[in-house]
Amino acid sequence: MEKRVVFRSRWLPWTLLAPQIAIILVFFFWPAAQALLQSLQQSDAFGTSVDWVGLDNFRALLADPQYLASFQVTSVFSILVAGIGISVSLMLAVFADRIVRGTAVYRTLLIWPYAVAPAVAGVLWLFLFAPSIGIVSYGLHAIGFDWNHLLDSDHAMALIVIAAVWKQVSYNFLFFVAGLQSIPKSLIEAAAIDGAGPWRRFWTIQFPLLSPTTFFLLVINVVYAFFETFAIVDASTQGGPSRDTAILVYKVYYDGFKAMDLGGSAAQSVVLMVIVVMLTVLQFRFVEKKVNY
Amino acid sequence: MKIKFALSAAGLMSLAALPAHAQIEIHWWHSMIAVNNEWVNDLARDFNASQTEYKVVPTFKGSYDESMPAAVAAFRAGTAPHILQVYEVGTATMMASKGVAVPVGQVMKSAGIGFDPSVYIPAVASYYTAPNGQMISLPFNSSTTVFYYNKDAFKAAGLDPNKAPATWPEVALAAAKLKASGHKCAYTTAWQGWTQLESFSAWHNIEYASHRNGLGGMDARLQVNSPLHLRHIENLANMAKQGLFIYKGRGNVPEASFVSGECAMITTSSGFLGNVRKNARFGHGVAPLPYYPDVPGAPQNTVIGGASLWVISGKKQAEYKGVAEFFKYISNPEVQAASHKRTGYLPVTTVAYELTEKSGFYKDNPGSEVAVTQMVRKVTDKSRGIRLGNYPQIRTIEDEELEQVWSGKKRPKEALDAIVQRGNELLEKFERVNKR
Repeated sequence: MEKRVVFRSRWLPWTLLAPQIAIILVFFFWPAAQALLQSLQQSDAFGTSVDWVGLDNFRALLADPQYLASFQVTSVFSILVAGIGISVSLMLAVFADRIVRGTAVYRTLLIWPYAVAPAVAGVLWLFLFAPSIGIVSYGLHAIGFDWNHLLDSDHAMALIVIAAVWKQVSYNFLFFVAGLQSIPKSLIEAAAIDGAGPWRRFWTIQFPLLSPTTFFLLVINVVYAFFETFAIVDASTQGGPSRDTAILVYKVYYDGFKAMDLGGSAAQSVVLMVIVVMLTVLQFRFVEKKVNY
Repeated sequence: MKIKFALSAAGLMSLAALPAHAQIEIHWWHSMIAVNNEWVNDLARDFNASQTEYKVVPTFKGSYDESMPAAVAAFRAGTAPHILQVYEVGTATMMASKGVAVPVGQVMKSAGIGFDPSVYIPAVASYYTAPNGQMISLPFNSSTTVFYYNKDAFKAAGLDPNKAPATWPEVALAAAKLKASGHKCAYTTAWQGWTQLESFSAWHNIEYASHRNGLGGMDARLQVNSPLHLRHIENLANMAKQGLFIYKGRGNVPEASFVSGECAMITTSSGFLGNVRKNARFGHGVAPLPYYPDVPGAPQNTVIGGASLWVISGKKQAEYKGVAEFFKYISNPEVQAASHKRTGYLPVTTVAYELTEKSGFYKDNPGSEVAVTQMVRKVTDKSRGIRLGNYPQIRTIEDEELEQVWSGKKRPKEALDAIVQRGNELLEKFERVNKR
């Protein structure tokens, strides 16, 4: 029989929940409501005249081919960041799980990039890949590869994906290492005795048992790629060349903070909010079914 | 006991730090870095030392496109500074935001200080004057676009280091020679929208936008897909194809490639001269912007960049008096001439220019007069300046479209048409939002 502790008091559970509810209201619902309100307004930069324009901002967005094009850029970017980010960190975590000596050092070093601010990560990789002066582009040039992210869209996309993945690998790594450690050693040993090699053991035991972690990270990484990467783009490519790296969240930032079009920017963030809610719901509906808890 | 003593000592010290009567603080937000930051701080310090009533407090608030949003946020929260430095592309936005700024003429008048806008260099004054003839902001640091070249590289390529290419065909010829001599990047440009479209238009006396480039009102529309603009962008696209023009990025990013010696020629702001003087390890020359010799009326004059000082509304009368006193101080011809010599920014008044010339500065510092002589001319309606709403975004559109030309993805005609079409949508939006 299930054991449950039930509060007898009516007010105690609410009091205990209150801090959490307050934080969510102030830091999540209030800004979201503000964005929703502002997306229905149009105002000049200083907010001296504010007009209610209904859905005009949204209509303008949908009629803007540039905006629609940035959906494609964003999906390519998010798939690459989530896909590469998760697989690279899973690989690193599996290696870290297998080594015997120096585990602490290896893990600590891998966690470092997480402490780096996104803008700094962007600048760092920008320096490494700067055409003609960056050390990586210099090396690439030496082997006959002409790196130029200023004019080549694929190069620019590669640059921001590398920077975004590099920053997120640590986070993913931490969760995978914890997930791997919680897999009972007896299972793996039993498989080894039965003659399963490391490759086989990984795919038949570790990977399926890691699926809750992988699923969680998939959600987190998609949200990360959608929302938290604008600083990387701003510091490295500024959406260029042309608009080929202008992901949705960068346009939100640019229109709101640089171009001071708060209404248009708010409308975009509402769209972004809807997309992420939809993606998360989809992930929970369809991907979660394949997860073994 | 000890604590009591410490407290009273601290109290005494803070009393001693205060002057006989409380000074009125004037807050000034600016975007000047490095040598120019020192310049701004020195201006405030010298003014503060010259009198006891007011204290100007300069604060660096990030680059131009960061300090303006910061001021917008502060204005909405009621904590805006008294003086805000705004770059030229923000001018239309500032002018259109009613009730945000107090016209500088009004500030001076109510403080009982004479103010004569006609002492300013025409191209500078007219830029910061509203259609009704009132000067809205105080010209502060103005610059324009000029041409820099590496004399050592010219020598190595067998070119005359004392003769800069004056026209675009000559630039292409020089670039070909530089490339043949092994120079990887013959020519590049910073601020592509500003140099290749805006300054290019005024320099050739053609319209960049209708209604006197927007000075005439908010219903201006872009005109940069004219045959002459197209010819120029096609020429640059050809140079890019042949490897004579190498694209080095947006804004002032390409400047580093000139200072490092990688690129031998560059078109960029006259404010770049200080950096070149300090950091370039080669002989350098400054020349006027190249032009097309067969275009009638060219070369005309170039348009200004840089920034002006805006007085924000909603402050106390006594504080505005302090602002006026400070403006009077920095408008002093000697102070202005000193600022011009120090920074490479243009002298904003004719008197300051004459003072500088008399002192023999231009003879001793070849190159520094180029920007001035490009600006101190009689201007036409087409060359007076460009003032458009949503201008920062239009510059970004120009970057985006021109990049596609340099990479060969778009033909020059398509790109220029796209700039006009996308830019005009922004102008229409600006008009809609601000006309109500």
